Amino acid sequence: MNDQIARIRALQRPGEVHRDAYVAPDVFDMEMKHLFRNAWVYVGHASQIPGKGDYYATQVADQPVLMVRHTDNSVRVLYNRCPHKGTQVVIDTQGNTGKFFRCPYHAWSFKTDGSLLAVPLKKGYQDTEFKSSCAAKGMTPVPHVREYREFIFARINDQGPSFEDFFGDSLSSLDNMIDRSPAGRLEVVGSPLRYAHNCNWKMLVENQTDTCHPMVAHESSAGTVKDIWERQEEGTKKPMVVELALPFMSSYEFFEGMGIRIWDNGHGHTGVHHSIHSDYSDIPGYNDQMQAAYGKDRAAEILNENRHNTVYFPNLMIKGPIQTLRLFKPIAADKTLVESWIFRLVDAPDKLLERTAMYNRIINAPTSIVGHDDLEMYERAQSGLASDGMEWVNIQRLYEEGEGDEPEQIYNGTTEAQMRNQFRAWEKFMLMSMEKEGTS
Amino acid sequence: MTPTAQDLIDFVYAEARLIDERRFPEWLALFADDGMYWMPLEWNQQDQWLTTSLMHEDKLMLQVRVERLEGERTFSQKPKSRCQHLLQLPQVDEIDHENGVYRTYTPFHYAETRFDEQLILAGWARHQLCVVDGALKIRMKRVDLVNCDAPFRNIQLFV
Repeated sequence: MNDQIARIRALQRPGEVHRDAYVAPDVFDMEMKHLFRNAWVYVGHASQIPGKGDYYATQVADQPVLMVRHTDNSVRVLYNRCPHKGTQVVIDTQGNTGKFFRCPYHAWSFKTDGSLLAVPLKKGYQDTEFKSSCAAKGMTPVPHVREYREFIFARINDQGPSFEDFFGDSLSSLDNMIDRSPAGRLEVVGSPLRYAHNCNWKMLVENQTDTCHPMVAHESSAGTVKDIWERQEEGTKKPMVVELALPFMSSYEFFEGMGIRIWDNGHGHTGVHHSIHSDYSDIPGYNDQMQAAYGKDRAAEILNENRHNTVYFPNLMIKGPIQTLRLFKPIAADKTLVESWIFRLVDAPDKLLERTAMYNRIINAPTSIVGHDDLEMYERAQSGLASDGMEWVNIQRLYEEGEGDEPEQIYNGTTEAQMRNQFRAWEKFMLMSMEKEGTS
Repeated sequence: MTPTAQDLIDFVYAEARLIDERRFPEWLALFADDGMYWMPLEWNQQDQWLTTSLMHEDKLMLQVRVERLEGERTFSQKPKSRCQHLLQLPQVDEIDHENGVYRTYTPFHYAETRFDEQLILAGWARHQLCVVDGALKIRMKRVDLVNCDAPFRNIQLFV
């Protein structure tokens, strides 16, 4: 264990991260065993399982889990593994299991809280110690589950902080996305885009608050939109797609002015003062609905908050003003599955959802030109890090004394402070359970 | 122009060939001004607008793609991708001269390659064609992938 602690501590020095944090399989294994088990990780949204017995299968850390709506209407998160021989109890992504799960191998059945309901030919266990076996306990629940305004998070280890301590005021971004619904509710719409990246998950997470890349890496896509738009006849109505893509070509000054806010535990967001989502056209009827629901002042307060990307460490990103969510599922040191989800603002006009769906497919799809730009950079970096010519990655931009000293800090929008914030949290959550194990 | 079944079939083959030969501006010109290219994300997806698709693009967005593919700073096309369509004989589903609606159905295999990586896709292309100024044009090309819900790597050209 001390070796592991030393290994992790050696991967950072001020403003620099060792490439092994991105490429080394042993570090990835430690991330799964420690970081992703000590943190609160996003599981899914309650609207994916509205009825009793509805389930959705996913992963937390490297663990196959499912979330299910129990008979008392609460959401439970269970390891997706039969206690008998290990068979995954469900293998489709979602469905309804009725009042109980039934393993397809030997028909052991379980209530939707995981407890064992029945085993066929039970008398075969009569003269055994079955009752005191771990199998008799049924499907193992993930011990710490929290539903926050229908967003479901889980923490596997006991060591990690409470939900409130982990997220602190960063929940204001989630609140803003939800409050944009006149009903104060969101619903997941459709399936997520699934995009396979041959790079480390942290590259994707870091890129969410990297404001010095859009005008460079996306010159090919957003820049082409700009070129074509500027060739249109004057007076042409600006199409929605142009409105969504053009802000990617904003100047460095724009992104500097946007601002970055960092919170404890690796959370942070771009777009404190304004963002690339600030100047979308009004959707007829929406403002009136918001004012009717919240009153004029509160509605304005909600809609004037146009945060860009909010990172919830370790692997979640949401965009409140456009209602998208991206989950960066770690598969291996050099493999990440990116899921991009969209939400309907309940009771809001369909035109908002149309804009959200368009944003998702033009930015986040494996068929998206913006996605192509980004993936190219991540994978070139993953390959480039193999170079022994230099072993360190630089994240020094706009470093200031005192970063991380306060629970919340605001900086120039082109700082890499949020990346440094993530790596402070990375070390903290990596070491948390190592130190516990080491001292016990 | 009153297209025959053979004209429709020839059109579908010629369209795929233009993509395979990377003659993208000529390919783009096959679309009617209000033409759309749609690649659903979900199996049997019905909704084009209010749920996510892999692609759902009007001629303006297709033009962006075509120009981007040849761009100086299009790093994901250095080196350039190549692709190949293998089409089954297109089936003519509808010839309606009165309303100017022509529909075909074409099962395909598609390969796209860049560097050492090759992606193989299979699916069905449904063309809805119309006649504009005496020539067949695409009003809607719908491409359903058999594994539409799989995690994909980059798909950069046109299936």
